[in-house]
Amino acid sequence: MEYFLQQLINGVALGSIYGLIAIGYTMVYGIIGMINFAHGDIFMVGTFVALIVFMGLMTIGLAWVPLALLIVLIVSMFVTAAYGWTVERLAYRPLRGSFRLAPLITAIGMSIVLQNYVQVTQGARNRPLQPVITGGFKFFEDSNFVVNLSNMQILIIVTTVVLMIAFSLLIAKTSLGRAQRACEQDRKMASLLGINVDRTISLTFVMGAALASVAGFMYLLYYGVIDFYIGFVVGIKAFTAAVLGGIGSLPGAMLGGLIIGLIETFWSAYFTIEYKDVAAFSMLALVLIFLPSGLLGRTEVEKV
Amino acid sequence: MSNTEANGHFDMKAALKDAAISALLTFVLASLILGLQIVDRNTGLVLVPRIWLAAAAIALVFFGRLALHMFWWSKRMRVDKPPLLPTTKLTAGLAKITRIAAPLLFVFAIALPFFPFSDRYIMDLAILIMTYVMLGWGLNVVVGFAGLLDLGYVAFYAVGAYSFALLATNLGLSFWVCLPLAGLFAATWGIILGFPVLRLRGDYLAIVTLAFGEIIRVVLLNWYTFTGGPDGISNIPRPTFFGLEFKRFGEGTFADFFGLEYSSLHRIIFLYYIIVVLAMFTSFVTLRLRNLPIGRAWEALREDEVACSSLGINTTNTKLTAFAIGAMFGGFAGSFFATRQGFISPESFTFIESAIILAIVVLGGMGSQIGVVIASVALIGGFEVFREFEQYRMLIFGLAMVLIMVWKPRGLISTRNPSLLLNPSGRSPARQEGAA
Repeated sequence: MEYFLQQLINGVALGSIYGLIAIGYTMVYGIIGMINFAHGDIFMVGTFVALIVFMGLMTIGLAWVPLALLIVLIVSMFVTAAYGWTVERLAYRPLRGSFRLAPLITAIGMSIVLQNYVQVTQGARNRPLQPVITGGFKFFEDSNFVVNLSNMQILIIVTTVVLMIAFSLLIAKTSLGRAQRACEQDRKMASLLGINVDRTISLTFVMGAALASVAGFMYLLYYGVIDFYIGFVVGIKAFTAAVLGGIGSLPGAMLGGLIIGLIETFWSAYFTIEYKDVAAFSMLALVLIFLPSGLLGRTEVEKV
Repeated sequence: MSNTEANGHFDMKAALKDAAISALLTFVLASLILGLQIVDRNTGLVLVPRIWLAAAAIALVFFGRLALHMFWWSKRMRVDKPPLLPTTKLTAGLAKITRIAAPLLFVFAIALPFFPFSDRYIMDLAILIMTYVMLGWGLNVVVGFAGLLDLGYVAFYAVGAYSFALLATNLGLSFWVCLPLAGLFAATWGIILGFPVLRLRGDYLAIVTLAFGEIIRVVLLNWYTFTGGPDGISNIPRPTFFGLEFKRFGEGTFADFFGLEYSSLHRIIFLYYIIVVLAMFTSFVTLRLRNLPIGRAWEALREDEVACSSLGINTTNTKLTAFAIGAMFGGFAGSFFATRQGFISPESFTFIESAIILAIVVLGGMGSQIGVVIASVALIGGFEVFREFEQYRMLIFGLAMVLIMVWKPRGLISTRNPSLLLNPSGRSPARQEGAA
């Protein structure tokens, strides 16, 4: 039971990270109906930006960790968002309204470009980071097992919850959110009503990338090791999460992220760690076969 | 961003402003990742500044953008073309030369080993390119004809390679016996994997096939007792020429039988002809299938699934056939790959392979046979050309994929002759054999 509880905590922390990345997939899919294949690599760029900024701050001697982390978070959100914007501008916008597979190919191309860009500029080796946020408290204690809730896990969960609330409000209340939802339903109509569709789509990518960079920041602090290739597998899992929750649905993305995180953690804990990716991917196939619209998604009615 | 070119004349102020904005963006993008490098030192990781590199990138973007405004965008009026119109001058021209080029290319492919410049390196490269041509043609059945987006094609390539390797090393079967078996296994896996997922549409299918590709790779990697795990399988037998082996010494070798002097090139040339024949077989079969009812059903399915099923075509079976036939060719190519390399491991079957094959099909122009050839030569050949710049070539490869796609969204050869035409002059419908 205690072991279970510990895995539950680990799974929720991991799932929060997946959920934040999944939001980027689900929003982009919702608005332009394409899988943004490069999103996982945007996340990876986010982890590298965060690491570089953090090391830079350490070098110039900023020792107060909370302030340093806040600066890292803001800078990496800004820079990663710029990457998201650029990817959309260069690879997707010229192909808007074009042949359906074309943006998918440029997305795969962009994913290769980003991976190799980071590999060439920062090297192919693992980049470790010493644990920055340490400590935690004993959540539950038994004679033979201690359930720990580390400060890092608290930070991840709290940040995710705060961001989710802020983000839901952004989508529900602001004019940008309204424009975004309008574009999701009918882009042509939205543009006839005076919404700048290109700008809205760009901002969607910017928001998705910013959230991915927060996820990357937390991934870096939580796991303490990154390389140029992490974006691929994490990206696919996050996409699985988005599909599982129902593509286009923000709470769905979060829920899907949590479920994928939990499945992966429990699978590693109780079965074989080698096959944890297989578990996540099989989950994707099963969901798509039996529940194609996801847990919280709308059922699509195809009009002929 | 494109205000300056709207009227066809050049506006320096706007161009400068645009270039400055681009440079500013580059500064944001490049200053951290390009400008600072994480370096391993004895004392741990340190940051090393590379300001000149970031500055160079910023300057490049600024002046590049300015030059584009001055010399390129200002020179021509921008007319908004309907984006879905498939033909442009170039593609029409390409389609015209296709008819002549295809037989020429075929003759060239047959004659290649006899050219004086065909040394070991050229032949190896030719084999590699032909392998991708074959894979491209195989995937073309799934993506180009039936319109099913398959991102896990490499799974079938892997199934073919591993079934040959396992049959050959465990049961001692020869390449020629294993080749059809490998195709059969791959096709079976195509059906097994395809059956549950083929009712998914478009991008969902893409992501599930991607997942399947990864699952197969992870299983190959971890099922140590059966597949050898990350060590792979080595000592895979080479193909024989009607029982004659390509060895240096001994009775009954190829060189011995024909009274030739032994040359290691013989085996390479033999392998080259095997892959040429396999590829031609693929092309021949797919082009013929295209004219059969099943081929017509594929194309109908690609154009409109709902209309297709309301006309009484069983969409599931149609998709499954496309998937299985595509997988079968993947399996053939896989067993060829295994016998050529003599060694296989899961390393060779990563997602990037699927991406390259898909890129070949889509960049070539979906459904176009000659397009696949052009795209393979361009991508794989280009890949070779940049071998010197080992670490940059994937970067260049990715950039090329993006640029070609933005330049020609429907692929290089994007005119596709319909396989069935209604003839306005009242004669019987003309059939276009072997349409490009």
